Amino acid sequence: MEIGGIVAYLVSLAILAGIYAVFTLGLNIQWGYTGLFNIGIAGFFCIGAYTSALITTPMPTGIYAHYVHQIFGWNLPFLLGILGAAVVCGLIAFLIGIPTLRLREDYLAIATIGIAETIRLIFNNERWLANGPRGLMGLPQPLQEMIDPRHYNYLYLIIILLILVIIYLAIERAIRSPWGRVLRAIREDEISTAMSGKDIFSFKIQSLIFGSMIMGIGGALYAHYTKAISPDVFTPLYGTFIIWVMLMVGGSGNNKGAILGAFVVWGIWTGTKFMTDLLPYTLKARAPYIRFLLIGILLEIILVYRPQGLLGEEKKVSKMMEE
Amino acid sequence: MAELFIYGVVLGSIIALGSIGLTLVFGILRFANFAHGDLMTAGAYVALFLVTGLFSWLGISDNPFIPLSFGLRMLFAIPISMITIALIAILLDRILYQPLRKKKSGTVILAMAALGASFIIQMAVLILWGADSLFYKPGVLRPALELPLEIKIRPDQIFIILIVSLSIAILHLFLKHTRMGKAMRATADNPELARVTGIDTGRIIKWTWGIGGGMAAMGGILYGIDVQLHPGMGWGFLLPLFAATILGGIGNMYGALIGALVMGVVQQISTAYLLPTYKPAVAFIIMILILLVRPQGIFGGRS
Amino acid sequence: MSLLEVTDITAGYGETDILDSVSIELHEKEIVSIIGPNGAGKSTLLKTIFGLLTPRKGSIKLQNEEITGLSPDRIVRKGMGYVPQVENAFPSLSVHENLEMGAFIRTDDYRDKLEEIYGLFPMLLKRRTEKVGRLSGGMRQMVAMGRTLMLDPKVLLLDEPTASLAPLLIRMIFEKIIEINRKGVAMIIVEQNAKETLKISDRGYVLAMGRKVFEDSGQTLLKNEEIGKLYLGG
Repeated sequence: MEIGGIVAYLVSLAILAGIYAVFTLGLNIQWGYTGLFNIGIAGFFCIGAYTSALITTPMPTGIYAHYVHQIFGWNLPFLLGILGAAVVCGLIAFLIGIPTLRLREDYLAIATIGIAETIRLIFNNERWLANGPRGLMGLPQPLQEMIDPRHYNYLYLIIILLILVIIYLAIERAIRSPWGRVLRAIREDEISTAMSGKDIFSFKIQSLIFGSMIMGIGGALYAHYTKAISPDVFTPLYGTFIIWVMLMVGGSGNNKGAILGAFVVWGIWTGTKFMTDLLPYTLKARAPYIRFLLIGILLEIILVYRPQGLLGEEKKVSKMMEE
Repeated sequence: MAELFIYGVVLGSIIALGSIGLTLVFGILRFANFAHGDLMTAGAYVALFLVTGLFSWLGISDNPFIPLSFGLRMLFAIPISMITIALIAILLDRILYQPLRKKKSGTVILAMAALGASFIIQMAVLILWGADSLFYKPGVLRPALELPLEIKIRPDQIFIILIVSLSIAILHLFLKHTRMGKAMRATADNPELARVTGIDTGRIIKWTWGIGGGMAAMGGILYGIDVQLHPGMGWGFLLPLFAATILGGIGNMYGALIGALVMGVVQQISTAYLLPTYKPAVAFIIMILILLVRPQGIFGGRS
Repeated sequence: MSLLEVTDITAGYGETDILDSVSIELHEKEIVSIIGPNGAGKSTLLKTIFGLLTPRKGSIKLQNEEITGLSPDRIVRKGMGYVPQVENAFPSLSVHENLEMGAFIRTDDYRDKLEEIYGLFPMLLKRRTEKVGRLSGGMRQMVAMGRTLMLDPKVLLLDEPTASLAPLLIRMIFEKIIEINRKGVAMIIVEQNAKETLKISDRGYVLAMGRKVFEDSGQTLLKNEEIGKLYLGG
């Protein structure tokens, strides 16, 4: 395989790892810093992707209108798509958070599973929303006119890395602020934090919203990379579980860990593809399942033997050091 | 509508097998076993292996017991699968949950581990059987009986209701009258006190997983007999299972039964107004309502 | 001969020590009370003796056998019983079932023992099929005591057996304690109700701030005015 091919392959690898890193950062805010057990990431993935898709594509006209149904199509530029994705996800997070954030942690988890499932079902069944199971295709890519399509991915990678860095810096800033310290105090000891007068619920909602907005951006980035989305992309496996594995492997409570985890796990995921390519033909169809089985086992091993992940949590800032 | 109700009872019976096991585990071990639905899947597929694979190879006859859709093979497969899944559940606890409990890992880590186990089981099923829907006896016509009130019900479904009722009755007698059963109830009340009284909580935990796993397996098999098998079937049960358990009160076995029947009926009746694929969403909405309005459930378990 | 020897126990929860070098003794058939102000460490001492807490320093010997650091389910098998202050019975089980659970580790036929316990607590016999969760505090206390007695313990640890009970019930509980003691069970009683407890005790220890500050016979402690002022609030 020639160099050009390898490089192109690595670039697409990095793009997806980078996209997942965005998700992992978002999850880190919710779980790593605030202790919210959100198993509904796929829901925000889905909404972020679809929102951006709907914002950036035009309403179908002419013959297309027979085949493609969408609730709206504004044909706006990429950045507005991303923004829209973040805003809508934040809104949905707010609506979801109101009834569910007061629940005990494992009940919250089950609620988030339900939410993600419901979201997926709605997108799958309600044709008028976003074309149902067939999904949307032909999603535009930012600046695609400027580069030869064969090299476009390099540009997209740069865009992704840029956005990733911006998000990372924004989160780091937020976490070190007094707001961030309250979040960590909540995770460490909710009861004492409540007794010191902080409105726990309000902080949890803010954390949920902030994290979900970032996940929405991730969803949008994904949509514009793959240029086509449909509800069966946003499964519990690819849309939620793998992100949890990434965060736990990298180190929850640690933004660098989150990014590292995304790249490591995505690397393992694609790496195992080469291994399974060596399998006999009959097993080839089952290859993704074997690979996911390994990912699952990886998670269990991490949970039992190194729950803090590769990088571990950042040094805790003692409550006595603030204010 | 009456037909939907009856079918809801059938579905509810299947859910009950899962939710009772789930509530036992929840009550005694205090964590949400997200892998419980997939224990049902595993049970169904082990039975599939037995019925279409091993027993066929062994030459056991497969003539169905008219008017049921299954025969001798299934009759053997059900208990064997139940025992297998019971052992798998005990093993799972031993190698995964127990080490985490010893490290005092917290309910979320345990739930996460359960989530991982759930996916591992699903992947194993996908690897061995692929992603298509399968049947115990493909191509079999399943004629329905006519009952008064013009209700149609299949003989299989009558069997399901009967065997679930029998199983629950046996479980009830076990919990009420045997030494181990009482010890299980005591441990569910207060694990610390149980230990202090000298009850061997390690054994109790094994029994809990054994019973939970076995019942889940039966639930999966019955669903497979009634509808079909597919790798995601257990995951699809997760929401109704948890909704039923929460509705009935965590740790309350009879509550879990009632909760399951309610969930089954409500989900079925919802198909008169919504697409059937929305059933899990219906389960979810009910669960949220209960959690908001009365988190300890109808019968008040732990909240 | 000392039935129970607790020597130089230092123990606590987490990083803080609640007990500081406390030593007490229990002889056969004795009733010993441990009294003192709130937070003195009385309950902590019982929990440490019973193995619910591991002491940082010191030793505990039961009939000359070292039991320091053993877990409660091992200690229970060696003949020591413990009745906690709260959550001392199984609420969803009936009275009878609670007693049966008490006898869980017995391998012999314990029906005689059951009869004996019902003889001791006749009001439990009347309500044996009722769920304990529905019973009053006093009844639950008796269920808890009966349950621990099913194993024929030589030593019984009682943590505030009369807490939040009405005066009539308090009297009854103390009567039962005396009856149990007459059957040969030695007891350590931690109590807020110091006066009543000392009246029936052979000896007593006064604990304050995690240390033993007084020890003497029950009668002497009762008559001691200083102790009365400082520690015997009511």
